[in-house]
Amino acid sequence: MARVTELRVNGVRRRMDADPDRMLLSVLRDDLDLTGTKYGCGEGQCAACTVLVDGQPMRSCITKVGAVAGKHILTIEGLAPKDGLHPVQEAFLEADAMQCGWCTPGMILGAVALLRHNPDPSEEEIVAGMNGHICRCGTYPRVVRAIQEASRKGGAA
Amino acid sequence: MITRRDFLSAGGIVVVLVNDLEAQESGGRRGRRGFGRPMPKAVSAWLHIGEDGAITAYTGKVEVGQNSRTSLTQAVAEELRVKPPAIGMIMGDTYLTPFDMGTFGSMTTPQMWPQMRKAAAAAREMLVDLAAQKWKVDRASVRVADGRVRNGSRSAGFGELTHGQKLTCTITASEALTAATEWKVAGTSVPKVNARAMVTGAHKYAYDMKRPGMLYGKVAYPPSFGAKLVSLEASAAEKMPGVKVVHEEDFVGVAAADPETAERALAALKAQWNPLAAETNSRDVYEYFKKHAESGPPAGVQLTPYTVAYIAHTPLEPRAAVAEWSSDGKLTVWTGTQRPFGVRDELVQHFGLAEDHVHVFMPDTGSGYGGKHTGETAIEAARLAKAAGHPVKRNWTRQEEMTWAYFRPGALIEVGGTVNPDGSIASWDFHSYNPGGAGLASPYEIANRREQEHRTRTPLRQGSYRALAATAHNFVRESYMDELAHSIGMDPLEFRLKNAKNERLRAAIQAAADKFGWKTRRKMASQSGVNSSVTGFGISAGFEKGGYFGCCVEIAVTNGTVKVVRVVEAFECGAIVNPEHLHNQVEGAIIMGLGGALFEHIDFAENKIITNRLSRYRVPRFADVPKIESVLLDRKDIVSAGAGETPIMGIAPAVGNAIFDATGQRIRKLPMAPNGIGGAANASAAAVL
Ligand code: FES
Ligand code: FES
Repeated sequence: MARVTELRVNGVRRRMDADPDRMLLSVLRDDLDLTGTKYGCGEGQCAACTVLVDGQPMRSCITKVGAVAGKHILTIEGLAPKDGLHPVQEAFLEADAMQCGWCTPGMILGAVALLRHNPDPSEEEIVAGMNGHICRCGTYPRVVRAIQEASRKGGAA
Repeated sequence: MITRRDFLSAGGIVVVLVNDLEAQESGGRRGRRGFGRPMPKAVSAWLHIGEDGAITAYTGKVEVGQNSRTSLTQAVAEELRVKPPAIGMIMGDTYLTPFDMGTFGSMTTPQMWPQMRKAAAAAREMLVDLAAQKWKVDRASVRVADGRVRNGSRSAGFGELTHGQKLTCTITASEALTAATEWKVAGTSVPKVNARAMVTGAHKYAYDMKRPGMLYGKVAYPPSFGAKLVSLEASAAEKMPGVKVVHEEDFVGVAAADPETAERALAALKAQWNPLAAETNSRDVYEYFKKHAESGPPAGVQLTPYTVAYIAHTPLEPRAAVAEWSSDGKLTVWTGTQRPFGVRDELVQHFGLAEDHVHVFMPDTGSGYGGKHTGETAIEAARLAKAAGHPVKRNWTRQEEMTWAYFRPGALIEVGGTVNPDGSIASWDFHSYNPGGAGLASPYEIANRREQEHRTRTPLRQGSYRALAATAHNFVRESYMDELAHSIGMDPLEFRLKNAKNERLRAAIQAAADKFGWKTRRKMASQSGVNSSVTGFGISAGFEKGGYFGCCVEIAVTNGTVKVVRVVEAFECGAIVNPEHLHNQVEGAIIMGLGGALFEHIDFAENKIITNRLSRYRVPRFADVPKIESVLLDRKDIVSAGAGETPIMGIAPAVGNAIFDATGQRIRKLPMAPNGIGGAANASAAAVL
């Protein structure tokens, strides 16, 4: 398979040169310096590395970069317009839904995808939809509240 | 890797010594310096006011998610009469901040918080003096409010008075601090400082650091603990373009321009290791503790054994460091650690450098829970960087983190006691093997007690963990309290109140029970097809590091699967510094504690960790979380204590007591239900996507 020389990240075409078998997480973090996407396990267990690919949440640590060439990749850095915040980011701040913040970018992108798919989720649906995300600091109830709040404010945008 | 445990202990009736805390907090290493070293009195060590009025505060404490950055900002803002955003807080930088032993033991609030307030109060009084001189008025007519110094209609900014000069005042012993009842910024829910940079992904953690010309480092670890390197064939790796192989005694590492090449170079190394025979495994380790103990319980006492498994901190950001050497031999390291000065000392020692040649800087870090006290990645990165002549980044993978970090100690604890017909405890025997001394002493009033720590050996590297041994001790103590209560048919709440004399402890127990509705609790047995679910209620209480708690839980047991339904925890740690953040800490501690209570455990055999990745090591997830109510008791008349650790202690025994209530089964081990109880349940209730 040919090397990947361009990725569409956050609405911008980024030139790069990567083996197609490399994981998207490493390309984002190490090649493109988009370090808002976090590593937590490298085996699809924690969702800290979540990005949206054509609007779908994907675990970038187990996604080969060759599989996403030409697709729209959204990372936390591209979620809100410059200097602004996405309603889900605002809701996380409002609910104090973080401690160390390492899980937070992945949580936020997971929540954005959930709300796009289901703008008015029940608590059970939030728990089921977010269960792949780990927060070791245990801020889960606050993340649920933040998602409910964003939903109330129509934050699926 | 087989090291003798470093915990100190005293024979006989044990008290927790300051030295003991130091050893326990040391991450399994001896010889830390500076415990009890006095803090500088010069205000300039803690605060600077720029010519433009910008306020910078300096502390050696670090931010690992417990919100010390926010609470210490509140301390300075309160006494300087400014708003929190006016303050920039430099933390954990060995060149810029005063020496600090480390961020552990819940000491930030009782020690650093008043220190920052004192420094700010002294600076405030100096500003008053400067203004009084300048305006030639009596200092009593000058006050500081809303970020300005005022006298009648006159006012001046801080910078106009100090002109950016060093603050020459010193902190006096009698520094007047604002009473908790008068607080305007302290005691309020100031939002988390830096939170915006976290939700936007802009904050750079150690794992995210990048330096010009930086290489990526990998280390070839032995396949099992204690194995010795016999031979190394590195020519294939050395031939790879841009790869540097470093081989110094048992240390073998590679550095390359990109992570993928570093991986390939590592894979190309052919190392032969000579394994060390294993002394025990996770199943037999409790006998091992007993066998190697230097002392034991007195003969003839009837004791009941409890066990506690080793567990891993699993901070979601694994350990990471970037090291860079300058041409004049100075070393700069960015790393996520709870002890930047401790890591500096490790580097000084390892490389034989002068103290002022090593600069360790700690960016706010992806959590620690007591797990990031030591400088493994810093030393690895610095070794590789030195050999490669380039900055090197050394980020641990999850597997490395779960293998080569230290663990929360496993424990064997033997307990016995007798109770008088009126419910007062007549005697208490408590013998603890391996976990350390924290929380050994019962907070209840018992005339005849023997509580003893027995030194033994640990097969795994062990060290500090949120609340240290207090979690293990409290689990056993509060479970056995329940056993005693049931032995005389007394309600577990009444039994605790009968034996708790400390007012603060009683208040916490009562507050939890009231909120929970303990007295009016009703069991609901539901029957739905083959799945019958039974309800159970449990209570626990305790004290540690200045914090008191009572904890009540409701659980449902369905075919052996334990689901925690509701938790009420009342917590009191003196005057509350930030209510919202305290709620967050208490909730987070309960959730983290659920993992150790029900399913977290390290399996090891043949000197290898079997549960070395997240797919093999279950941590709490959304679906495990009960309804949590944290009840905060604000004691404005009591000096504030820390809250990052103690709230974790209540959940395990409360759940264990609830399991007994539901099923009549007393579970005397942590975790209590890794595969459900009674062997009937599914291994995991959490659906993993
Ligand atoms: S890092 Fe990708 S799922 Fe954990
Ligand atoms: S906030 Fe620390 S892992 Fe979620």
